[in-house]
Amino acid sequence: MNGGQDLGGTHGHGPVMPENNEPVFHGEWEKRAFALTLAMGMPGGWNIDMSRFARENRPPNQYLDMTYYQIWFAALETMMKERGFVSEDEIQAGRSLHPPKKVERILSSADVEKTLHRGGPTERDTNTKPVFAVGDKIRAKNINPATHTRLPRYVRGRVGTVERVLGCHVFPDSNAQGKGEDPKWLYTVRFDGRELFGPGADATSTVSIDAWEPYLEKA
Amino acid sequence: MAHEHDHHDHDHDHEHSELSETQLRVRALETILTEKGYVDPAALDLLVETYEKKVGPRNGARVIAKAWADPDYKKRLLKDGTPAIGEVGYAGRQGEHIVVLENTPKQHNMVVCTLCSCYPWPVLGLPPVWYKSAPYRSRAVSDPRGVLNDFGVTLPKDTDIRIWDSTAEIRYLVLPMRPEGTEGWSEEKLADLVTRDSMIGTGLPKQPGEAK
Repeated sequence: MNGGQDLGGTHGHGPVMPENNEPVFHGEWEKRAFALTLAMGMPGGWNIDMSRFARENRPPNQYLDMTYYQIWFAALETMMKERGFVSEDEIQAGRSLHPPKKVERILSSADVEKTLHRGGPTERDTNTKPVFAVGDKIRAKNINPATHTRLPRYVRGRVGTVERVLGCHVFPDSNAQGKGEDPKWLYTVRFDGRELFGPGADATSTVSIDAWEPYLEKA
Repeated sequence: MAHEHDHHDHDHDHEHSELSETQLRVRALETILTEKGYVDPAALDLLVETYEKKVGPRNGARVIAKAWADPDYKKRLLKDGTPAIGEVGYAGRQGEHIVVLENTPKQHNMVVCTLCSCYPWPVLGLPPVWYKSAPYRSRAVSDPRGVLNDFGVTLPKDTDIRIWDSTAEIRYLVLPMRPEGTEGWSEEKLADLVTRDSMIGTGLPKQPGEAK
């Protein structure tokens, strides 16, 4: 979606302000929001692409006004409510008012280390062959889905070069909508800074994105 | 800037009430989820402890120091990052597919996620606030030297700057250049020179005199 999350090349946000000796979390609630988000992934049954969409799918002014953990938490609430795990009256009351929904399994403390160590690899076996090869000139398609996509606006319509073939990976555009993993070939595609941002851009800069095959066409 | 200043007090109050509202909702949700048996409170504590105490940029620093000290390891690391990082004991969530990018006098690498906050957790821990915020995500791709300037870093004019936007599940780790004057140093001593920002590409390693 062309939402507040798609920030590459936008202006007006001011300078980057690194915080000296930054703590991992700013306050207790961030710790809990983080842990709840990770722990609910197992009983929740959603995937990372659904989570990303739940985070970005809000008015851009709200997205930009929220801290990152506020966005995470808001997305967690949305996904829980959509699936009937919790309801607004319960949050207002601060306690459970309705019987729990049956879940297959939850993340136990004994499983935390193993689960984190396993992670969620996205590469999948395939019988297909990649359409593009290293060195090919491609153009990022000018697509504007209102659903989740990982093709940033600042590369759409621009010409770049395939630099790596990264294997066949879960396709977020499909996976975010619950339409299956639909794995597609993934490529690192490199663009000149001036192709993306015009003659005023830094001539020494290049930018690469990782793009699934459906995002690309021969240039 | 003038606009921000005028509204400073208002924003300040707004932020405070917003945060306490969030705090209340987070507390409420944790209570409900625990009551319903969806989460194990001990697992929540362990998740927090893992990323507060165990997984952080010190992991990545060990990987970089090993690559500086051991040319064969460096070769493996650059060829296929994930298993080479696994050799040192780091793997898993948000680091399932890691690519390591070597800085050279000719090319400087810098990593961003313009669409969200993708970051190689097993080697760097959780991302700092600036990495997830609009100023960095917006300008890293269009004005990398300006962003580096915000970090107090100036590169030679003829150094190529390569920005990697983490738009898929590939995670990027920068292998900074080994500082001069560190010949014969142990891996442990070398690791003290490796900063988090030098592994993102927004900073450079410490010089030998700056080591803690």
